[in-house]
This record gives sequence, structure tokens and C-alpha cells, in this order.
Amino acid sequence: MKVSALSPAEFSERLAGDGIRLAAGPFNCRLQSGVPEIAGELARLYAHHPLIDNTRFVDFHVAIQPGHGLRRWLRPQARFIVDAIEPFTPLPRDQSLPMLEWGLNWCITAYSQHILVIHAASVARGNRAAILPAPPGSGKSTLCAALVNRGWRLLSDELTMIRLDTGELMGLARPVSLKNASIDIIRNYAPDAFLTRPVLDTTKGTVALMAPTQASVEAVNTPTRAAWMVLPRYQAGADARLTPMGNGAAFMQLADNAMNYHILGARGFEAVGRTVDQCRNFSFEYSRLDDAIAVFEQLAGEQA
Amino acid sequence: MNHLLAALRDPHSVRQLSPAQWDLLVRQTRHANLLGRLYERLCAAGLEADIPRRPRNHLQSGAIMATQQQYSIRREARLLRDALAPYEIPLILLKGAAYVAGRLPAAQGRLFADIDILVPHERLDTAESALMLTGWQSSVTDAYDQRYYRRWMHELPAMRHVFRGTTLDVHHTILPPTARLKPDARLLIEASVEIPDLPGVRTLALEDLILHSASHLFHEGEPDNLLRDLTDLDLLLKHLGRDDAAWDALLARAQRLQLSGPLNLALRYTERLLDTPIPARIRKQAGNGSSGNAGQRLLDLLYSRMLRPQHPSTADRFTSVARKALYIRAHWLRMPPLLLAYHLAHKALFPPKPEALPPMDEKKAA
Repeated sequence: MKVSALSPAEFSERLAGDGIRLAAGPFNCRLQSGVPEIAGELARLYAHHPLIDNTRFVDFHVAIQPGHGLRRWLRPQARFIVDAIEPFTPLPRDQSLPMLEWGLNWCITAYSQHILVIHAASVARGNRAAILPAPPGSGKSTLCAALVNRGWRLLSDELTMIRLDTGELMGLARPVSLKNASIDIIRNYAPDAFLTRPVLDTTKGTVALMAPTQASVEAVNTPTRAAWMVLPRYQAGADARLTPMGNGAAFMQLADNAMNYHILGARGFEAVGRTVDQCRNFSFEYSRLDDAIAVFEQLAGEQA
Repeated sequence: MNHLLAALRDPHSVRQLSPAQWDLLVRQTRHANLLGRLYERLCAAGLEADIPRRPRNHLQSGAIMATQQQYSIRREARLLRDALAPYEIPLILLKGAAYVAGRLPAAQGRLFADIDILVPHERLDTAESALMLTGWQSSVTDAYDQRYYRRWMHELPAMRHVFRGTTLDVHHTILPPTARLKPDARLLIEASVEIPDLPGVRTLALEDLILHSASHLFHEGEPDNLLRDLTDLDLLLKHLGRDDAAWDALLARAQRLQLSGPLNLALRYTERLLDTPIPARIRKQAGNGSSGNAGQRLLDLLYSRMLRPQHPSTADRFTSVARKALYIRAHWLRMPPLLLAYHLAHKALFPPKPEALPPMDEKKAA
């Protein structure tokens, strides 16, 4: 059964009570909220995710709750809680939904040392994936959202996860977080995609979340190997251009962006090395999304 | 239901757990800071294949973090030794860092927040300067706290390394000078032992590590780590127990250091909660068998609640009372009444500000 099978009333009731228990790729999550107004958008964002029953193991028990005492009413706040632990200071209540997403990302990076976790987007065609590591502002999420709306499967827009044993990528197919100008760009580029209302004045500026496509969620557990590592850079007016990157530089890109490279020691080194070896590595300059998509189409068309 | 205690006492019991029970076990274990240790324990019992995949990911993640910390602790130990060596101050490691450097079983899967070292009182100023010269700086900025530490405590305010971010506690003895019990730090330093594969790095002797762990647990342990500390004691006592005569030496040493009280509590609760094997004659001397006087029964009530994972699933309606009572007891044991009243009044009037966490930028949130 999928989240979309719940009526809005059932969804809200569960969210306020025992929680929405769903599977996001390899992680089972239980989402609770004492902030009822996020229910509608949350249900749309996770519409295609499978529900799991309450006898299953849950990886992350997370909740968004209103601020304590006066902060319920006066400049109201929201708190993120993972199993009675509150890892962050509260945020303004209208940031509840992005906070839930950031909180889940935090859970994955803080609690998962059995995989290599890289701060990077990843998208796939069939069983071949492109990893897009990049600093904030490079247009990584915009490019990722555009690809996902043009036939690529979303693995993750923030956290690329690599298994240490097989070297395969694991997908999450969770909402894509769009910031500032990219919100309107994607609205125009993919009018059918569901985007939440923009949330103003977060630490990252204005944020809107885009729902993953149904195809991404349904195929999230398909075994996938990294085939390309593409370091994107948005450059106003530039033509789309791929430049091959040496293995050494590519290694440093992945290692620098890995959240737990320093914790995994030798295993992290091997996982990064193996990924770089099996990928064709590029840096990528672009300004127009259509041109960028064409370049990725061409990559996907080439034989591995 | 306390699944963690059951799993620690009898690792094989985990074979019967349902997925929902594994769920609770992992949550309780995370709250007790024991993920890595439980994983090592289950593996040592040959149960690795019996842990379902999802809970195994969480337990193994804890063990991987612990392994990584152990590398950095051994590296910090060498750097600290080199920082103090020019002033002929020996590096003596305490607690977790000592277990790791000495490769004791108590290092198993242990996570820790800081490194603790012991410096002779008369060399404290020199040691602090030497450490500052190599990049360690005091992390406490509040004037009251600075004064409080320097005047009344057995350690300097925590130091943090400017580049590596490691936290260091520099002790000159193992209990505050104001505490009712006054173990002589010189005896501890004299008995310290050098680690064979880390020349110039010393730890307290095994008996003294046990006594320090016990006095820390029952004087000032942070509520969230009490059960973790008790499992340290379990591992240390099992290690000591390889030599039967060492038990008598431990009791004698406790008397000499005025630490029989905390040791007796340690023996009582490791045996009761973790089934630590303790010879009959030692149990008797420590008063383990008896239910004890009213004071002991009260302590049993408090510690039976606090020596649990501090997770909502193991709490009852007395847990928060027990937490407060032990907080008061810890201070009562550490300070004379007037000083305690002054200190608590200050903390009530000027409560410490909650540390603002960095915003949730993914990189920082990690």
C-alpha cells in the first residue's frame, strides 16, 4: 500500500498519532508531527512511497513538534526530534517541512557508517548512475530536478550513498530541495511536477520541495552502478561543455564531499577509489537546462 | 522492557527478538551510547549472522565510529606525550583513553567525547602552558566557571585543540579536593604503568583504573553514560579477574585510596545488573549479598532507574525524581554544604545558556 492510498483525513490522523511509517530506499522511517499544517504537502511529497506496517524495524523515528511554552503562539517555532533527541535548535514554524527533510538527512549522515555517504546528487538511467557532487550554488539541485523531469530516475538530490561491499549506489527518491531562483526555473521547466509553497528566509534562502517522480520511487531499489561523475557549474551564458577530469582530481572531489570519509578509514578510501575507477569523470559548465539535458542524453546513449 | 540489559547479560537472547523488538533494542542502545559495544559483544558470542540486516547497520555504524576514534586517540596520545615531554611531565591517561592506549577489553566499541589525563598538582601550571603552546585552549569563557574549576575542581576547565577539535580534560586528582573522599593522587601516579608499544605514554594501573571508573560513576557520572560506565567496569573487572589474587589487591588498594565505598557500589551493581563474576569472598566483603540498610536500599532504588538506557521506553514515573536525586547526591558528595548552596544558587540565578547548534547545513550537521 502506498501513502497516496490514505485519504487526507487518514494521513493527518496517522501523522498526528502513531506516525506515517514508510520506506525510503534502504531506510524505514516513521514520521510524526504535532504541526498539522504540513500534512497536505507532506502527503503529496511522499505520495508514491510504500507504507510499512508497525511490526517492522524502523531506522529513523522522527517528529516535528511545536515550540515549547510561549513559542507555540509567540513567533511560533518548530522542533525536530529523532527518538527523543533534539539535535538542532528550533526554527520558525513555517519552516517545519524543510526542517523535517534536513532532519532526515541529518539522521542518515549521523547514523549510517555502514555506507559511504557523499554530499552529492545522483540520478540514473536504467542501472547506470551519474553522481553530481558540488558546492552549494553550483546548480546541482536545479540540474538534478531538471534531469528527473526528463526521464532520469532520482536517487537523491543531497546524499549519494555507496555500499561498501558491492560498490553499488543506493537511492532514496526523497523530495528535491530547490533554492531561490531555481524554484521558478523548475516551475517553468516542469509545470507538472509538484512543488511545495516556497518557504522564505531559511538559512539557505527561499526553499521549495519538489516531489520525486513516481517512476523514481517505484524503481528506487534497482541495483545501480555509478557510471559518470559530473561536477556541474552553472555559468551565466556559457555553452554546455564537458571537460574530462583526471582520476586524481575526481578522487579528491568525491573524498572532499564525502560526509564520513574520515570515519570509514581504509574502507572509505577503497569505496571512493573503486567509484572513480568505474566512472567517466568530468567537470561540466552550463547555463541552459535544455543543452545540459542533451549532453546527459548523449552520455546515456554511449556504451558503458 | 529493557532489551539492552537482557542482551548484555545474555547475548544469545537476541535470537528470539522480533523486528519490532530489535527496533527498541537499537533505540535503547543508541541512548546508552553502547551501539558499538553491543555489536562487538554479539560478534564475540558468534551471533553476527543472527543480527538482521537493518539493526546490524546501526550497531555496526557504532562500532565503526568507535574504531575510528581509537585511531585518533592513539595519535592524540603521541602528540600529548610530545607536548609534555620537554618539561619532563609524564603523560598519564585516564578512563577511555587509557583503555584504548593499553588495548584493554574495556576499549571495545567505546565512544567518547574527550581525553582525560592526570598531571601532578605541582606541575599543573607548566602543563597548561605547554598544552597552550601546542594549540590547546580553554573552552570555558565564563568567569564564574573558570574560577569554579580552578578553585574547587580536580581538573582544569576542558581544553579544546584549535585545529583537531579534540577535547582534553586535565586532572590533577580523580575527585574534587572538596569531596569527602580524598584519594591521594601521588599514589596513583607512582603506580602508573608505561604502555609497551607507546613509549612515554602511561596509564593508571588496572586496579586504579577500576577505582577511578567506580568513583567517577558514583560521584559525577553523566546520567546518559551511567550504564556505559557500568559496562566499562564489567569489562575491567573481568579482565582483573583473570588472576584471582588481584581481587584481594583491589580491595586493599581501595582502602588505601579511601575508595571502598564507590568500589562496593561498583561490585554490587555490576553483579546485579550485568552478572559480572565476582568471587564469593569478595562479594561478602563488599556486602553484595545483603539488601543493606535504608540508605543502601534508597541508592538501589535510584540506581536501578539510572543504570538503564535513558530512553522513554525504560522510564517510569520515578525516573525524573531519581535523576534529580542523583544530581543532588553527586554535588553533595563533592562539596561541603555551604559551597554547594552557593554553587547551586549561582547556577539557578545564571543558568548556563544552551549551546546553540550550528544551522542545519548538511556538512555542519554531520
